[in-house]
Amino acid sequence: MSSSSVIQQLPLSARRPASSPRVRHFKEKAIAVAITAVAFSGIAALLLIVIFVGREALPLFFDAEVAKEASLGKLFLPQQLRVGKPAGFMWQPVGEVPKLSMIPLLLGSLKVTVVAMVVAVPVAVAAALFTAEFAPRRAREVLKPVIELLASIPSVVLGFFALMTLASWAQGSLGLTSRLNALVAGLAMAIAIVPVVFTVAEDALTAVPRSYREASLALGATRWETAWRVVLPAAAPGVLAACVLGFGRAIGETMIVLMASGNAAIVSPSLTDSTRTMSATIAAEMGEVVFGGAHWSVLFFIGVQLFAITLVLNLLAASFVRRAVRRLGGTS
Amino acid sequence: MSEPAARPKLEIRDLSIHYGTKTAVKNLNLAIAEREVLALIGPSGCGKSTFLRCLNRMNELIPAARQDGHVLLDGQDINARGVDVVELRRRVGMVFQKSNPFPKSIFENVAYGLRVAGLNDKAELALRVEASLQHAALWDEVKDRLGESALSLSGGQQQRLCIARALAVEPEVVLMDEPASALDPLSTAKIEELMHELKARYTIVIVTHNMQQAARVSDQTAFFYMGELIEVGATAQIFTNPGVKRTEDYVTGKFG
Repeated sequence: MSSSSVIQQLPLSARRPASSPRVRHFKEKAIAVAITAVAFSGIAALLLIVIFVGREALPLFFDAEVAKEASLGKLFLPQQLRVGKPAGFMWQPVGEVPKLSMIPLLLGSLKVTVVAMVVAVPVAVAAALFTAEFAPRRAREVLKPVIELLASIPSVVLGFFALMTLASWAQGSLGLTSRLNALVAGLAMAIAIVPVVFTVAEDALTAVPRSYREASLALGATRWETAWRVVLPAAAPGVLAACVLGFGRAIGETMIVLMASGNAAIVSPSLTDSTRTMSATIAAEMGEVVFGGAHWSVLFFIGVQLFAITLVLNLLAASFVRRAVRRLGGTS
Repeated sequence: MSEPAARPKLEIRDLSIHYGTKTAVKNLNLAIAEREVLALIGPSGCGKSTFLRCLNRMNELIPAARQDGHVLLDGQDINARGVDVVELRRRVGMVFQKSNPFPKSIFENVAYGLRVAGLNDKAELALRVEASLQHAALWDEVKDRLGESALSLSGGQQQRLCIARALAVEPEVVLMDEPASALDPLSTAKIEELMHELKARYTIVIVTHNMQQAARVSDQTAFFYMGELIEVGATAQIFTNPGVKRTEDYVTGKFG
């Protein structure tokens, strides 16, 4: 029985007084506008943050006073640091001649993030593949929530763990000179991003239609061949999205690197030297920087760069996914 | 009625299949001769798909499914210990109700079964893929676009691709679960035509809801009702002169 016939059967007195079509139309319109406004407020907030951060970084380009200390050349090109020494990169923002090279920080962020991704992505994707394809139902019901629970460990706790336990272990077993370094920070960060990558990748794998698995098995493929050759490729866009999300988390993560990386802004290719990331630099120096000076603007500029890196990576991943989906026939 | 072969290709003895406490197939006995098309008909939920899926052990993927009795392929119990299920599924291929090509190229779809069987020689692969597509009457339509996604094909083409994919590994038996139920009449006609040709090489078991289809393509027809095999016999006889009243009611459309 349709709902309209129920309404028809009600005595007239029980119905709500019908509003005029114009009033009803106005009401509909108002609700639509309200919902649209709420939806756009999120985008507006993001936009305002970008504008605010960007505005504070602008003096680097337009204020002659600031640009003298921190021009783009000074930020990215090698500088004469001392008379008679070869040019180099140095982050030493407070001093008679502030040295504000971005290179040590970019390198630091890169090192820690790469270590974290190289460790976390294989672990997380393998765990997701196992959970989605091979784990008995009972095991899956335990595994998924437990791994996801990892995501709720505060990063300060992970940092503390890295600082106390992981660093000592790494130093003892590898014989390192610097206790806190890119490797230790990267490993601790891997713990933080495994659950992020795992959750999204597992969802993507589980969403692969059962008919693909059945077709593969019916052709005489083993479960492993099915998982590796059919399910994982079919879920590739989702798994890639998981990795990008993990990368975003890694490059922006602050507390773990602040505690475990050693915070020495040096240019060194070695993973076992102390290092300093962009995010940790903002966190450590924002509190005592001179308001409105070159250093202040540079810190905001670091924020802009972090935002830009994440944005570019997201766009690249999105275009890759779009191309992959088109190549596969545009099912989604 | 065709003469029964010396030994049936498939022989089913006292087969029962249960899902939890529900019995889907009861005490089934049936023999299928080599190079014969057997149609399974009956109302929805009568157990014919469940039966079909037990012939290549696909029911194992459903944790609650349990099975008694024996299924013999060339006289050998397919559920016996030591029988490799991967090997079995290569011998007993399957085409599903809904066409389910992989999100890969047309070529890779057909090559998949060969690749997992360990064939990697490029020339050999190309040869076998072409032969399978020819066999499934799809080659002329796709020969210039083998690298394109299989999902860009029409529904009927996708289903013929799935048939080509199943044929590529050269099975002995082909199971088809309502292969034309989601297709338009033209594509259905193509698939039926195809089955006539496949009969020369393969033993085919097909589930169908379409009486005319069963009458057109099959040599033998088995009528299932409520998990039981009511009657099996030559297709002409089942449709014109069935031995059981319920079969007659079903094939003449009195219930369904």
